[in-house]
Amino acid sequence: MFIIRHRNIFFLVTAAIVLASAISLFAFGLHFGIDFTGGTLVEVRYEGVRPDTATLTSALEDAGFEGFSLRESGDTGFTLRTSTLTNEQREGLSTIMSHQGGTAHVDQLTEIGPTIGKELRNKALLALALVLLCILLFIAFAFRKVSTPISSWIYGLIALVALLHDVVVPVGFFAFLGYLTGAAVDTLFVTAVLTILGFSIHDTIVVFDRVRENLRINQERNRKEDFAEIAGRSLGQTFVRSVNTSLTVLFTLLVLYFIGPASTRDFALTLLVGITAGTYSSIFLATPLLVAVEKWRRKK
Amino acid sequence: MWQKRLIALLVLVVGAGIGWYVYSSQASASRPFKLGLDLSGGTQLVYRADVSNIAGGDVVDSMASLRDTIERRVNLFGVSEPIVQTQHAGTLAGQPEERLIVELPGVTDTQQAIDLIGQTPVLEFRMLKEGAEPTGAPDEDVNQFFEPAAITGKDLKSAQLQFSQGLGGPSQPVVSLTFNAEGARIFAELTKKNVGRYFGMFLDGVAISVPVINEPIPNGQAVISGNFTPESAKELARNLNYGALPVPIELISTQTVSGTLGDEAVEDGVMAGLWGVLAVMLFMVMWYRLPGLIACAALLLYIVAVLALFMLIPVTLTAAGIAAFILSVGMAVDANILIFERMREELAAGKNTKDAIHDGFARAWLSIRDSNISSMITAVILFWFGTSLIKGFALVFGLGVLVSMLTAITVSRTFLMALGLEMRTGISRFLFGSGIFKL
Repeated sequence: MFIIRHRNIFFLVTAAIVLASAISLFAFGLHFGIDFTGGTLVEVRYEGVRPDTATLTSALEDAGFEGFSLRESGDTGFTLRTSTLTNEQREGLSTIMSHQGGTAHVDQLTEIGPTIGKELRNKALLALALVLLCILLFIAFAFRKVSTPISSWIYGLIALVALLHDVVVPVGFFAFLGYLTGAAVDTLFVTAVLTILGFSIHDTIVVFDRVRENLRINQERNRKEDFAEIAGRSLGQTFVRSVNTSLTVLFTLLVLYFIGPASTRDFALTLLVGITAGTYSSIFLATPLLVAVEKWRRKK
Repeated sequence: MWQKRLIALLVLVVGAGIGWYVYSSQASASRPFKLGLDLSGGTQLVYRADVSNIAGGDVVDSMASLRDTIERRVNLFGVSEPIVQTQHAGTLAGQPEERLIVELPGVTDTQQAIDLIGQTPVLEFRMLKEGAEPTGAPDEDVNQFFEPAAITGKDLKSAQLQFSQGLGGPSQPVVSLTFNAEGARIFAELTKKNVGRYFGMFLDGVAISVPVINEPIPNGQAVISGNFTPESAKELARNLNYGALPVPIELISTQTVSGTLGDEAVEDGVMAGLWGVLAVMLFMVMWYRLPGLIACAALLLYIVAVLALFMLIPVTLTAAGIAAFILSVGMAVDANILIFERMREELAAGKNTKDAIHDGFARAWLSIRDSNISSMITAVILFWFGTSLIKGFALVFGLGVLVSMLTAITVSRTFLMALGLEMRTGISRFLFGSGIFKL
């Protein structure tokens, strides 16, 4: 199996991907959305000419807006982030933002108070912790049986490493997306990450299950086979399945990204990256890593 | 064999029936899908209720009264299908908080919505004009029949549910009113002058009780008796109490989505759904051929079943929910892929088609179960975590995973068995083969 034979190349590729994600994360950072920080988000669409940013900025300053950020969205809109609105600001929003012959229509207005933001933040953290805990339990359950020549906990540990990869990649990607388009970490992003966690862990478990099944069959039949061979064979047997189950999901996500509702576009993109990373890691990271660990332990 | 084919036919007919039911319900709009505010357009307002001045035991009552009052106000403005609910936010919010959530579909002017809710509820007393006979029709103009009474809601101190000690008969629930000193004086005078007239109590302009004044009441203690059940008397007392002394509310969150944006989201969502399904079906047929075609039939059945469930439960669909549904279409064939790959292995091991199908299903089941468990865990936790947006995603995702597991296994099995193909001929060998470029 070429993936096992050339595993060092794939380790390098994986390391490069993870490094790029980490650099993106530290360089660009994550912007938290108003879901978590509290504040106001306004989406405005223009009929006619869209005014330029400078004009709008001074108009907003005149209306008493402070510490806001303004960003063009699409070809006809603006996204405004600011703190709490006064009644006058809310009522006059479209008038304040209509300039240079363009009429502003408020497409979306979201105001989140600080307590709701705090609650959502805590809930998101708790949900993340709970999903991780459940997945740990799930891994422990999946690898509860004792096995040789590699003990069960190593399979579990490698599954976790793969999972870490599956989360780091979309998070790093999202930091880059935030830099490009101003995408902010919101409840939908957390949902995407949790969905990736649930979906990706299984691919790895399926390959590992097959490795252990083949080990057992060999033992029963008293057949001697190199561990790398067995791992490669197992990977070959589950390869099509892994790729195809992910492909169908990726098809639907691609469609969702390109022609789906605007509000779920970033969500679909995050899932696309995460599920691709998950499939990649179960094939090119988890099993080769298993072989490497086995070799290393044998040498010791 | 004919038995298996009959069952397969039955499954098809039932599926088509459900599909027709869903389609006709939508076409005639008799049971339309329930759309969340981000799809229908509308406003959601979240208020914090200040219950610091209310005794612990009365908080639930006062919140219920607040909800009723706001609901009445919203209904008065003719908003269709508003949702008004209370919510207790626990420790995750940092401090316990009583909230009131108001959803107003179709109202896309945030400030107008805020103004509509924002006024404090008003308790008013009015006298029925002499000779007036209201018919009780809902669109009746109150002012035509009633004139303001000298006493106002501010003069009411409290209202209480009591049981009258009837003359030997069973005790009746009544509502007793206590006015403050000023109110007692005005009320004494008012009742002395107006014995026999109707005395109306209005909350936000809607009559909640119109008793007759039977005798002068000098001490500021009135009793309203009538055909009360203990519940209705309690509700009236509650309305009177908190209508006069409402819980102060403070706006903490708003969300408004315009109708155009909502319509666009629905349109894009439907298109994405159609193309997503097509892409998955095309792939399945090209890769798995005949079994792939059967997976498509199972997928179609999955779709009509889930849509019917959305309609019947009913599930409030949001943009995130549509995304979950489209995602679930990609995942629904997952089980089929597992089964077909396993079948291929069994065929390669030299089993005949029938045994390969049978064993393929049996052996793939454990894998299918496990792969769905981890997704279900996520769905359940997300549902609990959820704001309405995420709940929409989690519910659709969880339902999708469950239903697809059923349809992929039972439906594909029934169809595959019903075909009864043998692997002897080259054609069926081709049909059961897989891969796009391989024969």
